[in-house]
This record gives sequence, structure tokens and C-alpha cells, in this order.
Amino acid sequence: MSTATTTPETDTEPDSVDERVSAAHPLALVFKRPEMGALIAALAVFLFFSLTTSAFFSAGGATTWLEQSSTIGIMAVAVALLMIGGEFDLSAGVMTGFSALTVGVMSTYWGWNIWLALVASLALCLGIGAINGLLVMRTGLPSFIVTLGTFFVLQGVDLALVKQIIGQVSIQGFAGLDGQRSASWLFTSYVSIGDLVLWSSIWWWVAITAVATWVLLRTTVGSWIFAVGGQVTSARQVGVPVFKTKIGLFMTTAGCGWLVGMLTLFRYSTAQSSNGVGLELIFIICAVVGGCVMTGGYGSAIGAAFGALIYGMVNQGIPYEGWDSNWLYAFLGVMLLLAVLLNNWVKTRAENAS
Amino acid sequence: MSTDQEHAKTTATSTGHAEPGSCILEVRGISKHFGSVIALSDVSASVRAGEVTCVLGDNGAGKSTFIKILAGAHTHTEGELLVDGEPRTFTGPREALDAGIATVYQDLAVVPMMPVWRNFFLGSEVSKGWGPLRRLDVPFMKRTTKHELAEMGIDLRDVDQPIGTLSGGERQCVAIARAVYLGARVLILDEPTAALGVKQSGVVLKYVARARERGLGVVLITHNPHQAHPLGDRFVLLRRGTTMCDLPKAELSLADLTSMMAGGDELTDLTHELEHEDPSPPSANA
Repeated sequence: MSTATTTPETDTEPDSVDERVSAAHPLALVFKRPEMGALIAALAVFLFFSLTTSAFFSAGGATTWLEQSSTIGIMAVAVALLMIGGEFDLSAGVMTGFSALTVGVMSTYWGWNIWLALVASLALCLGIGAINGLLVMRTGLPSFIVTLGTFFVLQGVDLALVKQIIGQVSIQGFAGLDGQRSASWLFTSYVSIGDLVLWSSIWWWVAITAVATWVLLRTTVGSWIFAVGGQVTSARQVGVPVFKTKIGLFMTTAGCGWLVGMLTLFRYSTAQSSNGVGLELIFIICAVVGGCVMTGGYGSAIGAAFGALIYGMVNQGIPYEGWDSNWLYAFLGVMLLLAVLLNNWVKTRAENAS
Repeated sequence: MSTDQEHAKTTATSTGHAEPGSCILEVRGISKHFGSVIALSDVSASVRAGEVTCVLGDNGAGKSTFIKILAGAHTHTEGELLVDGEPRTFTGPREALDAGIATVYQDLAVVPMMPVWRNFFLGSEVSKGWGPLRRLDVPFMKRTTKHELAEMGIDLRDVDQPIGTLSGGERQCVAIARAVYLGARVLILDEPTAALGVKQSGVVLKYVARARERGLGVVLITHNPHQAHPLGDRFVLLRRGTTMCDLPKAELSLADLTSMMAGGDELTDLTHELEHEDPSPPSANA
């Protein structure tokens, strides 16, 4: 009985749609996607600021809010994958500062070749990601707690260890290094269209979003990610490599943290010990706004990218309006609550209704 | 990830189903200790192609431990586990699956928020293409899911709907259909009807019978002798971690089965007790 290789014969029209579902749905299908809420909200935010301020929908304005969205977006996409896989990473924010500091110390203070420093720092970040994953999987503790621990450890290292080594808490003199130029094309090249400048961080953001979406929707690993977040016991019983999948997700998040650290370090030629602290919650908010369910198993990478775009636009639009910039927090809070309500409603429908 | 397709093929081709009645899976004098607790002691049973072996027992009789050993979730402490006559020791569910032993657990068979077709192929996804373009063969997977479920008599409108939207019975059936499709030779069902109503239980039992017709060896764990007796070909009764009996259907009537399950004499006592206590005086407030 070689059932796996025989093609179903009774299906006379292989790709035909069942007549009972044909009528309703081209539009409904689009609205079922988890990222729809974020897309609509992004459009609304964009229209609002474009219509009410003059600076927002200008080349200069767009350059700024796109760049701000991009570094947040890279992390939000990685964090979204991790959330779909059922885990959190609170060390994701501080990781971006940690990676920049390690490269800074290695290259400016120890005089390492910049490429060597880059690779060493990447290995270090991936290692920390793997440790996060190992601790979560081996101890069975919630990742929320484990990565909160990593977060504080890294924050302490960023401040105390860096200060012990170089005597201060920020990296200076990075811009003048010989090797810095050879690697900078990776992180600080740009394309300008008129006055609109698209920094390489934007390309990274688009590329990572595209790859993550592809992985989720069209690869085996994507199925595994949804499965380990949705119902881990079932996944394990049908032979999904749960351990590898989760460790891989933690390492991906750490790797993206490294990338964002490099993008900021090369762009601004400086790194501070406080870099990235506090952003970990922004990433989670962006992922949730993008359609990720807090309990895992449902969500979208492109949605998280839209979530980050909303963040970037509002972050820039509020000063353009002349409002107090702290209103950003209130706005994020409202967005988060609305998104959670919407996601929960979708989840309940998916699990119960018929 | 690179071996999905091969994997799907090997499991399917390894299904060169044994002759009906030949022994696929056998345990001899198997025991399992958890520290000082003896969960299972000296249990023997066999699973034959095209037969349903029912494992019955009350709560705590060792049914769960028994199937977890067969499914590769536990490793036995003593005794032998033979697949096609070869002694094996499974170190995980994947190994048992590769040997053609698939287990469908009562409430953990599927991932509720994933579409039906993704659930159907979960852990055995079919891909096409090379290198970075290697991707899921989604049209094939959807088509096959729909077809295989139709074969089992489940007619789904849309295999893209989350499997959580199906009824409990349908979900069990999808899990059974996927195990059959993916080349299982032995199907272990853990209390498949425990959470289901009468009608849905009937549907699930019908698919169990259909899996048997396709030449699979079925292990059905249940504590309901009324469901087990019509379907089963062989009955293994567990009690307090040991085998109480291991008999073919011909040597065991439903009445025997029911009374043995309840513990024979104990049931008689209970019947008496209930009958004596029952005739309460016709109450005044009626």
C-alpha cells in the first residue's frame, strides 16, 4: 500500500474549489489573515498624519519614520516568530546594545579586525540565544521569567563589565577605525530617490520580513513553529522536533538583536550601555498589534512589520503635530489593548466555532 | 527539513503490509518501574495485522503506561518489545513512528489553531523544490488531505479551516486518517471515544473498523466493554499493573468481559448492595 505516492484519483478536478465554499469569499479570505488589523491601522495612521501635518508626507519625513520603523521592525518580526512558537524574549532589547558594545570593545579597545569582531559578537549573541532556549526547554520555566533573568544579567554586563574594561559606558572612536569602512557597506549604505533616503536598515527589514513570511507560510519549519506554539504535546507526538525548533527561534531573535546592534553602531558610530533597554516590550507590542496571540500558535511576520511601521510613524508624527512626545506611550497602550481583544476574538472563533 | 519527502515515501513504502493475522508488534513479560512504583509488571500481548486488540482496564490498571511503552514515550524496564519479531527499544515517539507505530491520543491529537491540512501532514510535511526555494507542496497536501478524509467518510468543505472548528469526533477521525495515510502499520488509540457522545463514538469506531480492513493492527484502549466487544478480535485485560487475561473473542463473551472488568465477585456484591438499598419506601412528598 503506497498511499503516500499515489495521487488521489477520485478528485477529477484537482484544484477545484468545493461548491459549498465558492460563492462567498475572495474578500473574506483576505480579512481572515492575522495581519489585516495592523495593515488597516497602518493605513489609517499614515493618512491621518499625512493629512494633518505637512512634514509627515515629505521625503525628509518619510526618511526618518521609515528608518525608525526599520530597526524596531527587524526585532518585531523575530519576536513575532518566537511568539508564534509560544515563547517570549525579554532580553531582545538589551541584546541590541550588548552586540554593539562587544564589537565596540573588541575593535576600538582590543584592536581586533572589524570582521573578526563582528563574527565573534554574532557567535556570542547566538550563544546567549541558545542558552535562553536551553534554560527554557530544560527547566520548563516560562520563557518570560528566564529571559527576564537574561535581560538583567546582560544589562549588568553592559554597564559594569564594559566600564571595568574601558573605564566608561560608551564606545568612542569607532568612526575612525580602518576596518570600519570595509564592513560599513553592509550596515550603512543607502539609496536615495530625490530627497528620500532609504538606509540599508530598511532593506534588511524588508528582507527579513519577506524571509520570515516565506518560512512561516511555505516551509516545513513554518509548520513546526505554529505547532510548537499551538499545542506542544501534540507536536511532539507526531514527531515535530520541538527542542530544535524552539532553540532555533531563540537564536534567531538573538541573531536579529545582533544585526540591529550593528546597524545602530555603524550608523551612529557610537554605542552606549543603555542602548536597547526598554525596547523589548515595544517589540512585543508590535508583534501583538501585528496579529500574534499571546499564548502562541497564531500570528504573522508581516503583521509585526506593519506593527513596527505604525510605531515608527506615530513616534515621528506626534512631534510633527506639536504634541507632547510622551503621548506615544498612551497611544501604544491603546493599540495593544485593541489588538489583544481582536486577536483573542479571532482565536476563540478559530478554536470553537463551526 | 531536506528529508521530508523521502521520509513520507519510506514510511509509505515500508507499509508493505504484513499478511493478515501475522504478528507485527509483540510484548513479552514487559515491566515498567518508576522508582519504587511498579506501574506495569510482566505484561504480554501481541498486535496482529488486520486485527483489533482491545486493552481494557479500570483507572490505574496500567493502560496508559502500557501504550506509552508501545508508542515510544516510555522505555520499558524489563521484558522484550518485538517489532516484526525483532527486539527493539524506543527512545522517543519519532522512533516508534518510523517503525510504523502511530498513536492517537484522546485530546492531544491535533493543534487546534492550525488548518486541517497542516495538521494532517504535521511532522511529515511534503516539500518540493531545491535550496532556498524548497517549499511545502501546498496544493498536493490540501488535495491529499481532502481525498484521504473523503476516503474515511469525512466530507470537509474547506481543509483550510482551523481544525479546532471540527467536532471532537471529527478531530479523532482526522488523526486516525493521517496515521493510516502516513503509513502506520500499528494504530494505537487511547480512549478514542471517552469524551464523545454516543453518535460520534459510533462514527469513530466505524473508522477504527475501516483502518482494520485496510490491514492495520489496531490497539484500542478503552474501559467500555460494550464498545470493545463488537469491535475487538482479541482482549487484554489489565488489572493493577498485571495481565488478568489475554483471550481471543471466541473465548470471551460480552458478559464475561463486563464482569471481569468490574472485578467479577465485586460486581456481584455491588449489585446486591444496590438492589438492597434501592427499595426505598415510596416517599410521601412524591
